[in-house]
This record gives sequence, C-alpha cells and structure tokens, in this order.
Amino acid sequence: MTATTVSQHVRYQTKVAHRRATSEPAWVRWTFIAIALAFLTLFLFVPLAAVFTEALRKGWHTYLSALVDPDALSAIWLTLIAAAIALPLNLIFGVAAAWAIAKFEFRGKSVLITLIDLPFAVSPVVAGLIYVLIFGLQGWFGAWLIDNDLKVIFAIPSIVLATVFVTFPFIARELIPLMQAQGKDEEEAALVLGASGWQILWRVTLPNIKWGLLYGMILTNARAMGEFGAVSVVSGHIRGLTNTMPLHVEILYNEYQYAAAFAVASLLALLALVTLALKTFVEWQSAKHAADAERESNE
Amino acid sequence: MYTKFSFKKWVVAVVLSTPLLTLAADISLLNVSYDPTRELYVEYNAAFAKHWKAKTGDTVTVKQSHGGSGKQARGVIDGLSADVVTLALSYDIDEIGAKAKLIPKDWQKRLPHNSSPYTSTIVLLVRKGNPKGIKDWNDLTKPGISVITPNPKTSGGARWNYLAAYAYALKHNNNDDAKARDFVKKIYKNVPVLDSGARGSTTTFVERGIGDVLISWENEAFLAQKELGPDKFEIVVPTLSILAEPPVTVIDKVVDKRKTRAVAQAYLEYLYSEEGQEIAAKNYYRPTLESVAKRYEKQFPSISLIKIDDVFGGWQKAQKTHFADGATFDQIYQK
Repeated sequence: MTATTVSQHVRYQTKVAHRRATSEPAWVRWTFIAIALAFLTLFLFVPLAAVFTEALRKGWHTYLSALVDPDALSAIWLTLIAAAIALPLNLIFGVAAAWAIAKFEFRGKSVLITLIDLPFAVSPVVAGLIYVLIFGLQGWFGAWLIDNDLKVIFAIPSIVLATVFVTFPFIARELIPLMQAQGKDEEEAALVLGASGWQILWRVTLPNIKWGLLYGMILTNARAMGEFGAVSVVSGHIRGLTNTMPLHVEILYNEYQYAAAFAVASLLALLALVTLALKTFVEWQSAKHAADAERESNE
Repeated sequence: MYTKFSFKKWVVAVVLSTPLLTLAADISLLNVSYDPTRELYVEYNAAFAKHWKAKTGDTVTVKQSHGGSGKQARGVIDGLSADVVTLALSYDIDEIGAKAKLIPKDWQKRLPHNSSPYTSTIVLLVRKGNPKGIKDWNDLTKPGISVITPNPKTSGGARWNYLAAYAYALKHNNNDDAKARDFVKKIYKNVPVLDSGARGSTTTFVERGIGDVLISWENEAFLAQKELGPDKFEIVVPTLSILAEPPVTVIDKVVDKRKTRAVAQAYLEYLYSEEGQEIAAKNYYRPTLESVAKRYEKQFPSISLIKIDDVFGGWQKAQKTHFADGATFDQIYQK
C-alpha cells in the first residue's frame, strides 16, 4: 500500500517535471496580467485618484480650511484617540490569546478560536447595537451610569469599545498560524535551560513573532481608523464631540460640501497609503528575516 | 516705596476681580434635531450665542446632532443627553416621554403654536423641464415613474410625505380608506430605495441621480435648488399637501441634571423672536410670526394644506394606524 503510493508519487513527479510552471503561451500570461491590472485600475486607482481630484477641485485653500475646521480637527483627534486606545488593548489581548492557543492544549480551545472570529462574522451595526443595549439608558447599566454621571454610550468610551470590538481578531488571527508553525521547541529548550516564564516571553516568543505582530498592529490600526458602521450606531453624531473621521466625511457630503468631504476622505486615504507602505516594508523585512534565519540554520 | 504699594494694590485688584471674571460662564447645549435642519441651526446657533452673550455675558456653544427624526428620538431615549430636541413631528417627542420618562406628557403645550416655531409642507422636486410631466400626487402612481422618499419607520419627513399622499387620495375618493391605501401602495411600488433620513433621500435624488421625482420637505427642495442650481431641478407644487409642524422642547431630566434649563428655555423661545423667525424664513421654513411671514410671503407658494388633527386624528392615532409594526405601511410595502 505504502509502496504503491510512493511509486505513484514518483511517477507523478517525473511527469510534471517536463513542464515548467511558467510555460503557458504568452497570450495566456498577458491576458491574465491585463485582467488583473484592469481590475486594479478600475477598483483601486481610479477611486483613489477621484478622491484626490475631488478634494482639490476648489484649490488648496478650500482643502486646507476643510482640514483645520474645528469639527474636522475634533474628528481627526477622536479617530486618533480611538485607535491609540484600541491598539494597545488588542496588542495585549492578541498576543495572550495567540500564545494560549498556539502553545497549549486545553478544553474549549476551539470555542475560544470561534469567539475571536466573532467580530468578523457579526455585522458592525449589530456590534454597535450590543453596546447600546448594554449601556443605553434603557439598557442593563444605563440608569446606574446616569445616576453616577458616567457617560459611556454616545460618548468617547463607547466609540473606543466599538472600535476594539471590530478590530480584535486582527492581531490574534495574524499570530496564531505563525506561532503554531514555529512550534514550542524553542520555548521548551529555554525552560530546560532554566528561564522563567517572563524571560521566555521576552527573549524567545516575542522576538520570534515580532514581524507578524507588527503586521497585525498595522491592520488593526487601519481598521480602527476606517470603521464606520459600529461607530455610527454608538456615536450620537454630535458635531465636534463624537464624530470620527468617516462620520465627518458623511456629514460633509450630506451638506453639499463635496470638496470638504473629499478633503477629509483624502486624509483617510493618505493614512491608508502610509499603512500600505508600512505593511510592505514589514513584509519585506520579515521575509528577509526569515531568509536570514534559514541561512543561519543551514550553515 | 510708592511703586511697591501700587503693585500690592494691583495684585489685590486682580484677586478681587477674579470672581467677577469667572461669573461669565461657558455653557454648552446639545440640540438633537432631524435631518434637514443642519443649515438652519448652524445659522441660528451663531445668532443665539451672540444674543445670549449680549444679554447675560455668558458664552454658549450649541452642539448639533442630525439624523432621521425617529432615529434621533431613539438616541435620546437610549441616553443621548440632549438639552433640547427639535424634531420633525410630535409623535417622536411623545415617545421620549413615553419610553424614557424624560419630559412631561403635556410638553407640547409649553410653547406657542403647538411648540412649533416654524412650519413647513411637502412638495415634489423633479428634474429640469419636468421630463415625466409630473403635476400632482396622482402622477406618482403611474407605472414607470421612479419615486424617491425616505423610510417612514426612521424618518419624520417620510411620514409627512406618506400622509400628504394619503390625504390627497382620501379627498379624491370620497374618504374611502381602501382606495386611499391602494393609491399609496401604488406610489410605494415605484420607490426603488428608502433612505433612513430626508437628507439621505435628497442626496440619492440630486447627487446620485436616481429617480424621477423626490417627495420632499419644502425647505429641503428649496435648499437643493439653491445649492445645486435652479437650472437642474424644478419644484412642483401639488394641489393639496399637509401642514407639517416640527416641534421643539427642552428635555427636563437632562437640563435639570446639567443645570442648563434657563439657557435651554431661552434658546427655544428665541426661535419665536423676530431674528429667529427671520433665520427660519431665510432657510425656507415657513415663519409663524406675522410680521416675518408677511415679508417672506412671495417666497412660499400658496398650497391648500390639510392638518393632521383634522384628517388623521392627531399623531398618536396616525402613528398607530399607519406606521406601527404591522400597520398600514407595513401591509402595503410588502411586495
């Protein structure tokens, strides 16, 4: 049985060895490249170019004044705050969850993995409504919060909560496969050599996952700044107080201030481009890092 | 020696005057309003701040929040701490009293004209040259006409739209309810998309170019014409429409807690003043103050307007018969 499988495998290998992976006729290759490029142009480059042309339609003066408008500044500020709080929280949670899942066996592990994926499965609007139902005046803690002068819903805390909710799978999801592939040999070796738990975490685990972690953080940040649905439900849309950048864009657009709307949108697009550049850099670094590690282990 | 003494005196004077300076307070109010009032309240808030500064010396900043009227009321019920609400219709404010007990039952009697400082009505907005020849409500029932109107479940304007069409149908069918329902059903068959607020529907119609006719607040139709050019859209005045009274009130529980009742009350009362009415009229809301109404007479077309109390027995009844879960609107909108 085993022998036949092996011989079949060998035969298969010799058969495909005659053809190289890139030996398709030129027209096939070029057609596919053209389709991919046309798709990219249509769905990515044209809208991106449109955002910037619309933003600058009325000149630099309108563009800049749209960005320094007090409501716009407050929206930018709130977006940065929400991302700045959501990111570290997700960092701690993501590393802890991925570490537990990848390095240990325990009951309910698959339930935990499913729970981490929940924000991907749940619509962002529902995510927002969850917090309205919990912290709203008619919700579980609403009356108590009002009595104690604590504001959660329609204020910054709920915006942060909603942002954390929609972004929390990113880091864990990025790290789990990476850590599983790395296995726990190095940690076990460190343990045998007498390292403490913290030493293992700081000197073995974290250095191994640093590029994956960075990549996850970039994704988290991008989503945190761009989130619309969940934040829209819990924001209350108070101008200059609880509007994030995506909400501010919608308001401007609905008030016939198209140039200003696109100016703020272009700022979001710029953030996305910076994120993209960072992401490419991180990918390049991590690939280089992996190649170096491989070379070292081969020597 | 002399200089030293005067320095001391100067310090004393500053210390003594500090409480006087801090007496001029910074106050903030939150006005939770419906969709099309954005431009109106930007202008009015600035005017009120100036008036209040002159009167009391206090600086007041009014924050705004806008959305579909029903949705905004829901926000206040869920804890959006509005000092005042200025919504599209009284039923939504009634709900704030009924569901969250934030205001007394008789809130609408506290200010003149049913607490509605300005009124409006519902008109039809069509594309330049009126290519589909739309003249009145019955043209909206014709097959092949695409009608834009928001969702009556979330939008106040949408409910006025619906009731205006319904009232027209009642009048032309000897008050036959079944025929009126059929009439409105035909209109909603022609609606490709229901946005959640009036402004959403306006942008669908004017910006995205969807639809042949927009059923719209009069003020919203004028504003779209002004913002995007009278060469692009025309207002069609139907033979019959409804008198829309968008009411205002302070939210008692909130202003008592935040200690803003005096300024919140003054904010709403100033809407009835000469200046407040002038700003409303400039933003295409029909003023209630006689003197201002006279000045802007030419701006507003004269339409035969029915009142909701006369035809539908008030908002509580209209809401129950037409817009509650499983009521007329739900029945006719099922396709």
